[in-house]
Amino acid sequence: MAYIGNTDADRRIMLDRLGLSSVDDLFTDIPAEHRFPELELPPAQTELELLRDIESLAAQNAAGSGMLSFVGAGVYRHFIPAIVSYLSGRGEFATAYTPYQAEASQGTVQTIFEYQSMVADLLGMDVVNASHYDGSTAVAEAAIMAVRSTRGRSRVVLSGTLHPEYIQVTRTYLKPQGIAIDVVDPPEAAGATGPTSESLLAAIGDDTACLIVQNPDFLGRYVDLRGFADEVHARGALLVVHVDPIATALFTSPGALGADIVTGEGQPLGIPLSYGGPYLGIFAARKELVRKMPGRLAGQTTDTTGARGFVLTLNTREQHIRRDKATSNICTNQGLMALRATIYLAAMGPKGLTEAARLCYQNAHHAARLLAQIPGCSVLPGATSPGAAPADVFFKEFVLRTPVPAADVIERAADAGVIPGLALDRYYPKRTHEILIAVTEAYSRADIERLADAVRDAVTKSADAPARKEAVR
Amino acid sequence: MSSFRFDSPIPPLLYEISRTGRRAVLLPESDVPETPLPDHLVRSDADELRLPEVSEQDVVRHFTKLSHANMSIDTNFYPLGSCTMKYNPKINEAVAAHPGFAGQHPLGRVSDTQGALAVMYRLQHMLAEISGFSAVSLQPAAGAQGELTGILMIRAYHESNGDTRRTKILVPDSAHGTNPATVTMAGYETVEIPSNSRGTVDLDALRAACGDDVAGLMITNPNTAGLFEEDIVAIVDAVHECGGLVYGDGANFNAILGIVRPGDIGVDVMHFNLHKTFSTPHGGGGPGAGPVGAAPILAPYLPGPVVTRGGTDDGDYRLTMPDRSIGRLKSFHGNFGMLLRAYAYIMMHGADGLRAISENAVLNANYLRVLTERAFPVKFKRTCMHEFISVGSVYDGVSTMDVAKRLLDYGFHAPTVYFPLIVKDALMIEPTESENRETLEAFADALQAVADEAQSNPDLLHDAPHTTPLRRLDEVSAVRNLVLRYQR
Amino acid sequence: MTFRDDVKYQESHEWALKDDDLVIVGVSDYAQDSLGDVVYVELPDVGDVKKKGDSFGVVESVKAASDVYMPVSGEIIEINADLDDNPSNVNDSPFDSGWLIKIKPSDPSELSALMSAQEYKTYTEGLED
Ligand SMILES: Cc1ncc(COP(=O)(O)O)c(C=O)c1O
Repeated sequence: MAYIGNTDADRRIMLDRLGLSSVDDLFTDIPAEHRFPELELPPAQTELELLRDIESLAAQNAAGSGMLSFVGAGVYRHFIPAIVSYLSGRGEFATAYTPYQAEASQGTVQTIFEYQSMVADLLGMDVVNASHYDGSTAVAEAAIMAVRSTRGRSRVVLSGTLHPEYIQVTRTYLKPQGIAIDVVDPPEAAGATGPTSESLLAAIGDDTACLIVQNPDFLGRYVDLRGFADEVHARGALLVVHVDPIATALFTSPGALGADIVTGEGQPLGIPLSYGGPYLGIFAARKELVRKMPGRLAGQTTDTTGARGFVLTLNTREQHIRRDKATSNICTNQGLMALRATIYLAAMGPKGLTEAARLCYQNAHHAARLLAQIPGCSVLPGATSPGAAPADVFFKEFVLRTPVPAADVIERAADAGVIPGLALDRYYPKRTHEILIAVTEAYSRADIERLADAVRDAVTKSADAPARKEAVR
Repeated sequence: MSSFRFDSPIPPLLYEISRTGRRAVLLPESDVPETPLPDHLVRSDADELRLPEVSEQDVVRHFTKLSHANMSIDTNFYPLGSCTMKYNPKINEAVAAHPGFAGQHPLGRVSDTQGALAVMYRLQHMLAEISGFSAVSLQPAAGAQGELTGILMIRAYHESNGDTRRTKILVPDSAHGTNPATVTMAGYETVEIPSNSRGTVDLDALRAACGDDVAGLMITNPNTAGLFEEDIVAIVDAVHECGGLVYGDGANFNAILGIVRPGDIGVDVMHFNLHKTFSTPHGGGGPGAGPVGAAPILAPYLPGPVVTRGGTDDGDYRLTMPDRSIGRLKSFHGNFGMLLRAYAYIMMHGADGLRAISENAVLNANYLRVLTERAFPVKFKRTCMHEFISVGSVYDGVSTMDVAKRLLDYGFHAPTVYFPLIVKDALMIEPTESENRETLEAFADALQAVADEAQSNPDLLHDAPHTTPLRRLDEVSAVRNLVLRYQR
Repeated sequence: MTFRDDVKYQESHEWALKDDDLVIVGVSDYAQDSLGDVVYVELPDVGDVKKKGDSFGVVESVKAASDVYMPVSGEIIEINADLDDNPSNVNDSPFDSGWLIKIKPSDPSELSALMSAQEYKTYTEGLED
């Protein structure tokens, strides 16, 4: 067997040493009637056979067939410099465990410290932990941490324009702990843009631990949060802001805006889409709250000779020490994804990251402009006429309203090799004529023009005749 | 001593080698008509973005040198108990990096993602077959999230029966810390069940704790002492009789592939650690994947979406929510890249190959147990499963931690220390099946040498490690003077 | 190991000393020794009212976190804020600068039910394996 160290001869020697005649004798503690079940599994494949199987499976995915997709909705196609995969693939990183023996794991612990430092700078926050599973669980754990950090407050208010799946995950996490959730104005109706600042503030009551907003929000809109934190604090609650880390390179950092806890989906920082994961849950807080934080933290120290080094620290918050009183049950996190993000941030540098953010902004607005010119189509939110600053700001994602069902437009455009975006009715069933479109620095001007052409054609054809699928049903 | 050497000094922080204007990555100029930026919302000078400015070569040397400061499975024997540090086949990485998967967006249309869905469907099915459960959800991102999933399912089950008196979960005192932490997150209270002198659950104490306020039991089998709970059938019966359900912590599944199926012995719900049993790399702390399998009574409560079959015009496979699902545990469909690696691993083994893994893991552990017991006594003197516990503090003035640190000098990663809590000063040793006899013997020799040094020259251990890039690090001052980010 | 004999002890290793109408509370020398280097002490808010046996805080070392429990019921009148910066006082001087809280007891008789130094010493000897 390929991955087993010993030969039959070795096993014989070892069994002799143990005084056993067969390997089966090692398993007598197991109830005899259940011992050695026959497993019905496919026959073992060699590497070559497996690769053939994988090739044919991969070809059944759009990504394997060269489609141009503008789907975002939380995770995005961004440019990933070659060195990210090159370096993060090193076995010394990939096949190490959590750095419990710091002296034999400085590569990993120092990387975590550098990750914490860079992400703290990016977010304008004091403390960043070593990662959560993804953006959604970071949000859920932020809500729990807020309740733990504010005495006697046991509700949380979520903006309705938080990613719908994050709202679902937060519900799953909070319900058993008896933490009530108020979701303010989810944008369920066609054309809806979600809650106003006033409605969010009005939802904060005496028992509200925190308000959680996403910025840019799920529909792509960048919310002006200046002065907002003070209003939230005046009501005794904490402000949690969920961000797109690329956007924070361009826009005022959430720390500078007064956020108490910041979460983010770190996937844009050098992590492939991989059909849903592994991604990177970013989690940051003000330093006053550090002892209430979940997750691992790397800290600086010295060795016995006085040389600087790094260790995992403040461990008493965690499950392996505090057990049922831990701040979270998280153990394994997304370490290798944090390494990818660290390499990515180092390679991009402040200039590269800011340029990427600006390109996202420019490309997305160009796409919005072209699409808005298609008869019957309009872009939500805001004005998009060339040369004018939009009244409502978006970053790299926006909603296109179509005169025919979005599903038809997507279906027809896909025939031309373009997936224009996500049909919003996936999350808001009433929004049948809207597409959420993401454009990043990774798309060329030609790609954007192809998008506009494909949507124009699709809209025209769909207006003439309903899509085939409708006809079949 | 072993030939392993950490071969380069630890590099400074990237911030410390940063020079204004140095760049690694250049991006194209924008070639679309310009849209003005909303100046009032962009970062101000006071809020200037400060990241290191370095060249590409700087970045490559930095992380290459950092990598040399790590022990890893690719470079060292890494017998970290409870963590199953087995060889991670490289084909797994190639498969996960295939652009047809790595580039696939999770919200792609069903018809555009049939390949990914097929992988998930097959993996669900194979994991169910291996464990004896009727259904599997691949949502959870790690073992701990799998645990939370399982306990939430148990909670939902009792609630749907209108049974709200149950507020307690029984957890043996040998359990991993994630178990009691999970109980709290699930809104329950932990009741600790003591272990007996054989290292397994004290059946009488368990029976005494069972009652109509018990929602369930979390049990790790083989347990964290590396022992199979021989009373498992009686344990499961006791919990079921009082109306509770049984959660299995499957972190130690590497010992029982093709040997016994938890579903067959009455466990109701269990998580797998794909990053242990099914060879997906640990990545210096993650990512993992913690799929959950369930018996028929709990299957409807599994988190979703799960993949089901049933032809629509969009294709054979589709995503659905189980009837009474507890909901979502994370966005999208689980840590798919890890699922793909585990799929590859299982496909390359088949039924016989999987059984061979566990047989060899258990044989290696028992052989190592016998080879090392003179140097450090083994706590439970009986046949073990995939790991065993030694006591590290038998030599005067030398602690388990000293032994662990000294082992690093011999080129071996230390075993897990001070866990499980039921054994004072534990050294928890798990060799895995991928190591050969020579490595096990070399490790046993090293443990013997350390034991000898503990008696002849204990300071060698107190001052260890000696050969690592840094000497023993001060964890106390790290907490007393917290520095959690680079200080300018 | 010091077992200061003008204070009373309870099984969870706190000591209590009557000081006029207040009770000063800390952890024993035995407790600080088994915890190791104390790195952080979490204390309640002044004004909190707690019952005998309630947890009022946590004393942490790098590898352990121990809850500390009220030896008598009452209101927290003062906390040792100095421990924020100097948690090692709990190790260096558990009976003096390492004190944790001052309580205004609601039932001063609870104090007499605690162990004497000699009783506590015998009790700790029984804890050794
Ligand atoms: C016995 C046991 N249970 C649960 C876990 C938690 O798994 P994870 O780290 O994947 O969350 C571990 C991992 O260390 C473990 O050893």
